[in-house]
Amino acid sequence: MTEPVLETRNLTKRFGALTASDGVSLDLRAGEIHALIGPNGAGKSTLIAQIAGSLAPDEGSVLFNGEDVTRLDTVARARRGLGRTFQISALAMEHTVLQNALLGAVGATGRAFRFFRPVLKDTALLARATEALARVGLQDLAARQTAELSHGQRRQLEVAVALTLKPRAFLMDEPMAGLGAGGSKRLTTFLGELRREAPILLVEHDMDAVFALADRISVLVYGRLIATGTVDEIRADREVRRAYLGEDA
Amino acid sequence: MRRETLLNAVIMGALLLVPLWAWVADEPFTITLATRVAILSLAGVGLNIALGLGGLVSLGHAIFFGIGGYAMGILASHAQDYSPLLESPFLIEGTKSMPVIWLVAIVTSALAALVIGALSLRTSGVYFIMITLAFGQMFFFFTISWPAYGGEDGLSIYVRNGFPGLNTLDPIQFFAICFVLLSLALFASSRISRSPFGLALTAARQSETRVLTVGIDSFRLRLVAFTISGAITGLAGALFADLNRFVSPTMFSWQTSGEIIIFVILGGVGRLFGPVAGAALFILLEHFLGGLSEFWQIYLGFLLLAVVLFARGGLIGTLAGREVAHD
Ligand SMILES: Nc1ncnc2c1ncn2[C@@H]1O[C@H](COP(=O)(O)OP(=O)(O)O)[C@@H](O)[C@H]1O
Ligand SMILES: [Mg+2]
Repeated sequence: MTEPVLETRNLTKRFGALTASDGVSLDLRAGEIHALIGPNGAGKSTLIAQIAGSLAPDEGSVLFNGEDVTRLDTVARARRGLGRTFQISALAMEHTVLQNALLGAVGATGRAFRFFRPVLKDTALLARATEALARVGLQDLAARQTAELSHGQRRQLEVAVALTLKPRAFLMDEPMAGLGAGGSKRLTTFLGELRREAPILLVEHDMDAVFALADRISVLVYGRLIATGTVDEIRADREVRRAYLGEDA
Repeated sequence: MRRETLLNAVIMGALLLVPLWAWVADEPFTITLATRVAILSLAGVGLNIALGLGGLVSLGHAIFFGIGGYAMGILASHAQDYSPLLESPFLIEGTKSMPVIWLVAIVTSALAALVIGALSLRTSGVYFIMITLAFGQMFFFFTISWPAYGGEDGLSIYVRNGFPGLNTLDPIQFFAICFVLLSLALFASSRISRSPFGLALTAARQSETRVLTVGIDSFRLRLVAFTISGAITGLAGALFADLNRFVSPTMFSWQTSGEIIIFVILGGVGRLFGPVAGAALFILLEHFLGGLSEFWQIYLGFLLLAVVLFARGGLIGTLAGREVAHD
C-alpha cells in the first residue's frame, strides 16, 4: 500500500477539563475523500485546526507527505501544499471576490514580496485566480465585494481560494453549509472530481453528500474516533448508529 | 476618469499652482506654507502605508520623523563646525549635501523601524499603540538629555543644505525639491498598494487567518510595511529640519506622532492622497484659525470628531465616494 498523504498519530488536545481531541489517529490516502462526521462539538474543527497548524496539539503528531509537520506553523504547512477551507469564512471582506482568489495565487506562487507590478497586470496570477473562480461558478461575481456575497457564495469562494493553491491535500470544514439544495448538489459533483487532483479530508453535516462522496468515513464523538470504514461499514456499525445516527440498535 | 483620480489631480495641481502663484506675486511666506504641506504630506504618506494599508496604528512615527531630522541636524552641524562626526575607527565627516543626508535619514529610520517593528509587531491593537508610544517617549527623552546635540534646546543649522545645481535658499526651488520627493513617494505608494505585497498586506488587515492559510507570513508583511513606512517618514523629517533649519526633541514628541495620524485620518485612511489632503487641511486650519484664536485646536478636535463619526473616508472619501477596486 502507498504511504498516506496525510496522517495524524494519537492527536490529543485539551481545553481545560474538556478533551476536544482524544488520541485521534487517522489518515488520508491519495485519490480519496475521507469524511469526518460527528455531532456538534465532537471536535471536528479542532482536529482540522491541528492538522492545518493553527492550533498546537498537546500530544501526538501530524505527518504530511511523510514529513513530520507537527512543529511547523500554518504558513509552512500551507506552503507544503495543505489547502484549507473554514467553517466560518475567513476572507478579506472589503476585497473583491477576484482579489481574494488572487491572494491565494500570490501565496501559492510565493510572490507576496513583490512591490512594483500591479497584481491585476500579472497574467499568470490572474489566470490562476479566474480559473479557480470559474471552477466553483463564481466567475460572474469576480468584481463583487466579498462582504456582499451570501453565506453559500462565501463558502464557494473559500473553496476557490483553496483551489488557487493547487494543494496536495484539502481540508474542508463544512463546505456545503448554507449552499442550498442546488448548490450543494453542484459542489458534491465538483468535489467528487476534485479528489483525483488531491485527496480531501471533508468535515460535513450533510449526510446525503457524505454517503454519496466518501470513500471512507471516520466518526468522531466527544473527541474520540469511534469508527473508521467504508460507507457500508459505517452504515452497518452498531456503535455509530447508537452514538451518532441516534438509532436504537 | 475615476472621481478619486480627478480629485487627486486637483489636489496635486493646487499644491503646485499656489506656490507658483506666490512666487510670481512675491509672497515667500505662502511658498513656505506650501512647502510645509508637501513635507508633512510626505510624512503622512509614510504612515499611511503602515496605518492605511496595514492597519497598524503607530503612535510612534515621530521616531522616524525625528531620526530624519536629527540625521540632518547632526550631519550638517558637524559640517558647519568643521568637526568630524567620528574619528576612530574610521573618519566620518559631516555633510551639507541633501542627497547624502536623505540617504542617511532613510537608512537610519528604516533600520529603527525594522528593530522597533520586530519588537512591537508581535502585539496588536492597543498594545501595539502603547509600545510604539513608549518607544517614541524613549527617543524623546533621550534627545532631551543628550547635550552633544543641543539637548532640550535643539540644534540650529545656519545655512540650508545644498542640492547640486539648485539654490536651496530660494523658497520656490526648495519647494520644488519637496514636491518632487512627495510625488515620487506617492508614486511608490500607489504602486505598493496595487502590488501583490499591497494585496497581501491589506488582506492581512482584514483576516490574518486568510493570509496565513495561503502560505503568506503576515508578520513579515507587516514588518516590511512598517520599515518602508518609517523610511518615508524619516525622509520627511530630514526635509522638515531643512525647512526650519532647526531640529529639536519636539520632532520626537507624541504630539508629532498624533499630528501625522491626524493628517491621515482627516484626509482618508488608506486613500492614496489622503495624507496630502489631510496635511493641507491641517496647515490651512492652523494658518487661518490659528490667526483667530490660540485655541484653534479645539476646532480641529471638532473636525476630527465629525470625520470619525460621520465621514470615515475623510476628505477624500467624502468628495470621491467609497473606495473602488483598482482596475
Ligand atoms: N479555543 C477553544 N477553547 C475552549 N474550548 C474550545 C475551543 N475550541 C473548541 N472548543 C470546544 O471543543 C469542543 C469541540 O469543538 P469543535 O472542534 O468546534 O467541534 P465541531 O467542529 O465538531 O462542532 C467544543 O466543546 C468546543 O466548545
Ligand atoms: Mg465545527
